[in-house]
Parts: sequence; structure tokens; C-alpha cells
Amino acid sequence: MRRGLSVFNVTSIALGLAFLYLPILILVIYSFNASRLVTVWGGWSTRWYVSLLGNEAMLEAAWISLRIAFLTACAATVLGTLAALALVRAGRFRGRLLFSGLVYAPLVMPEVITGLALLLLFVAIEIERGFWTVTIAHTTLTMCFVTVIVQARLLGFDRSLEEAAMDLGCPPLRTFITVTLPLIAPAIAAGWVLAFMLSLDDLVVANFVTGPGATTLPIRIYSEVRLGVKPEINAICTIIIGVVAAGIIVASLLTKFAGAKPAPIGGQI
Amino acid sequence: MTPATQPRAEARSWGQRLVILIPYLWLIAFFLVPFLIVFKISLSQYATAQPPYLPQLDITGGFETLREFVSELSFAGYARLVSDSLYLSSYGRSLAIALASTAMLLVLGFPIAYGMARAPRQWQGVLFMLIVLPFWTSFLIRVYAWMTILQRDGLLNQALLALGIVDTPPVWISTDIAIFIGIVYTYLPFMVLPIYATLERMDESLFEAAADLGCPRWKAFWLVTVPLALPGIIAGSLLCFIPIVGEFVIPDLLGGSGAMMIGQTLWLEFFGNRDWPAASAVAVVLLALLIVPLVLYQHVQARRLERGD
Repeated sequence: MRRGLSVFNVTSIALGLAFLYLPILILVIYSFNASRLVTVWGGWSTRWYVSLLGNEAMLEAAWISLRIAFLTACAATVLGTLAALALVRAGRFRGRLLFSGLVYAPLVMPEVITGLALLLLFVAIEIERGFWTVTIAHTTLTMCFVTVIVQARLLGFDRSLEEAAMDLGCPPLRTFITVTLPLIAPAIAAGWVLAFMLSLDDLVVANFVTGPGATTLPIRIYSEVRLGVKPEINAICTIIIGVVAAGIIVASLLTKFAGAKPAPIGGQI
Repeated sequence: MTPATQPRAEARSWGQRLVILIPYLWLIAFFLVPFLIVFKISLSQYATAQPPYLPQLDITGGFETLREFVSELSFAGYARLVSDSLYLSSYGRSLAIALASTAMLLVLGFPIAYGMARAPRQWQGVLFMLIVLPFWTSFLIRVYAWMTILQRDGLLNQALLALGIVDTPPVWISTDIAIFIGIVYTYLPFMVLPIYATLERMDESLFEAAADLGCPRWKAFWLVTVPLALPGIIAGSLLCFIPIVGEFVIPDLLGGSGAMMIGQTLWLEFFGNRDWPAASAVAVVLLALLIVPLVLYQHVQARRLERGD
């Protein structure tokens, strides 16, 4: 693409970015609002952050969500990386078409369908619903995002390094650990971070498959939001935005550090 | 991959088999099997949220029990979908909203992606990050942000009144306009990124050639740039259209309490009425409606990955 921006190009980018960022900016600013009314500005204050510290239900939900997100990210990274290796390296195998279908479908499948389907499975196998069922559901959802990212990285690098190691008599498993793994490590790390954040964010699927005692943060926020807008919600949202932004920046630096195109984070999906 | 490096199926080591088997079995167990269960339960009879559903299939009983099982299947759930206009109008409304908002996203997203692709190379990484960042920020939070803005005494109305554009504050929240704003806002990066990825790799000399040969710029844009960007446009549109049809959070928080989208109907049937067979039937029909776009998406996605967009 030839470089060079026209006025129209600059305007579209500027308006687009303003549209994307203004609502989030407003939300963050109003979390520091002293007034109880969300729409009236009453001066700067951190009182809603202080009152958040006393909101045990919210803190409990945050702790549950963080634990689920951590376990989900680890499991999804292992499964997602294996799936990427299978898609890129295994060549033809029986059922490959079904396999790639199963990998890509969760990326776009409406969440209400996935949530309902997983719940009915958990009911059918009579597993107790709660922490672990949410973790399994989130692992299934997020592993596909890991696969897409790692797959892009695997397709993008020079196989001759691996072949050289093998030609020199290095066994396949050792070649994988000493040559392949370091090369795809940034994509795997980026996949881990994204799985973590997707799990932290999910409301619909978690609401279907959760049980007593496993109210995640989005479920908690949702039940409060349905009753109306509250400054305390703005405060918790601001904290989440901060954590997510930090995570994204770390993930993209990891990808960039390894010299990969930035595209795998979003362009593939 | 050349044929020589491709291990033949018989020659696979156990390690290689496990690489395929572990994720494959996981996806079959937690993605494919659940859909089969949904399909089965959609044919069950209503029993208030409590399994076991009738009929039950006992696989050990042989052909006789299977025939009995089939004869007891109930199509009541599906019959209701057709007879009750609530469901039909929900499906229609969801498809209409998804189509209209995908069109809006395309009109708004394409110029942004085009601008990004034409930006100097050193800016592109930053612009890319700026578009990606909200895309990974909590969906729920982004919808919530608009609840504050669109309220009756919210910031939008405050701004409109202050600028003298309106005299009485218009109602935004609980209208279809609010749903469209919410959808366009949350899905915009899904549309921009795939289009940007295709435009960025495009060979501009084709456009130049057309222009040099006397083709007007707007015509060259239509005849050269847009067709070359088509894979990105298709991928972005599917990436938006499919999940929007089943959208729940946006219409629930921003929309009115009147007409529902199908995601809300499914949610209500399940959590409100506790009618699991009906909810399953809703899900099966929704899936059937989406099967063509889903297959198309998978096809486009696999091709884009192989080309390395």
C-alpha cells in the first residue's frame, strides 16, 4: 500500500479513535467523581475506590475470576499450542477438516449457544457446577484464540533451523524443546495473556455453567449494572481497564520483541 | 510443506499422535458433544429444568429400544417455535439488526482501515495497537460505558442541550438506536482489523496502473482496491454478523423491554421459564440459520492463515 495520508484518511482515523476511546475515557473520569449521581460532576474524589475495598462480594468475585483466569490461561495455552502444532505440522490426518472446524467455530459462535451447550453437557455427566465447570468452559473458548496466534507464528518462521538440528541427529522431542519452542515462545506467551483476559471478561458462558459459590466478577458486575449505573461500578471497571491495558501492552511487546508481525494479536481473529 | 517432510499416517510416533489427539479429544468432548446434547434435548419433552428428560436412550437395549426412543421424541419445542410469533419475530429482528449493523460497521470501518493502511509505516504499529486495545477491553464494561452516556440526563443529552441542538432531551436508552450504537462500538475493531490486514499487503501499483491508464480515481478504487480488499471485507463482515445475531448483553442492557433479540429469548426461556427443551430448540434453529456463514467463515479464515495475512 502506498503511504501518504489524505485529509479524508486522517479524519477517518481521528474520528474512529475518538469514537473508540471517548466512552472509556468518560467512564474512567467519572469513577473519580465525588457525586453519588453518575451524571453530575461533583469534583475529584477516590471515595468509590475506598468503598470498593469494603465491598466483600465484589472482592470475592474478583478473586474467583482471577483464579479461574489463571488456570484457564495455563490449560488453554497447552491445548491451543498443541492444536496449532497439529494444524501446521501434522500434515494430513483423518478428521482434519472436522478438527479445524472445531478450532475456528468457537471464535465466532454466539456465546448463548456455547454456554447452553456446555451447561447441558455438565448436567448430563452430573458434574457439580461451579469453579471447575467455568474453568473447563473458558479453556474450551480461549484455547482457539491461542491456536490462531501460535499457528500464525509457526507458519511464519524458517523451518531450516529445525531441519538442521534433526540432520545433526537431534531427536524430534529435543529439537522441539531446544529449537522450536524458543522460536514460538513469544506467541505462546501472548496467547496466555489473551486467554487470561478473555476468561476474566466472559459473562454469558460463565453465567450458564456456574453454580453456587462461583460468582465471577462479570456476573457480579452484570447483576449490579442491571439495577442501574453506580459510581462504584465505574471504579471497578477502571481497575479492570488498567489491568487489561497493561496485559495487552506486555503481550504486544513480547510479540514485537521476537520480531513477529503485530498482526497475530488481532488481525487473525 | 513439501510432501517429503510430511510424515505419513502410519509412520507417526506416539508423540506426534498425542499432539493431535489431546486437543482433538478436548474439543470433541467440550464442543462437539455438547451440541449433540443440545440437539437431543431440543427433542425432549418439557420437564421443569430437571433431568432426566424423557425419553432416555439406553444404548445397551439394541434396535428395539432405539425405535421406542425415536417414537417418543417430541417436536413440541419446534412446533412452538413456528406457532408462537414471539420466536419468529425474535429471529427476524436478530437477523435484521445483525444485517443492518454489519452494513454500518462496514461503512464506518472501511475508511478507518484504509487510512491505517496508508499511514506511514512507523505509525502503523501504534495505530494497530490503538485499535486492538479497546477490542480486548471488557465487553461488558464497554457496553456499561454507553449506559451512562445515553441516559436521559446523561452526557450525550447534556452536550446536545448545551449546544442548543435540541430543546427537550431525546430518549436514547432502551431504543433500537442505543442497540446499534452499542453494537457498532463493540464490534468496530472486528471489522477494521481484517480489512486493514488485507489492504496493508495490497500492491498499490495496480491502482496506480489503472489511474495512469486514465481510469478516474473513484472508479479505480471501486474496480481495483475494493475487489482486492474483498477477503478482508468478507472475513470482517462474518466476524461481526455471526456473533451479533446471537448477541445478548447489548440488547439486554441498552435495548428496551419490548421486542427481543433471539439471544434474549433463549436466555429468558432458559433462566426465566426454565424450559430447557424450548431453549435448546431455539439454539438448534439459530445454529441452523448460522451454519452457512459459519462454514464460509471457517473457509475464509483457513485461507487467510495460509496466505499469512
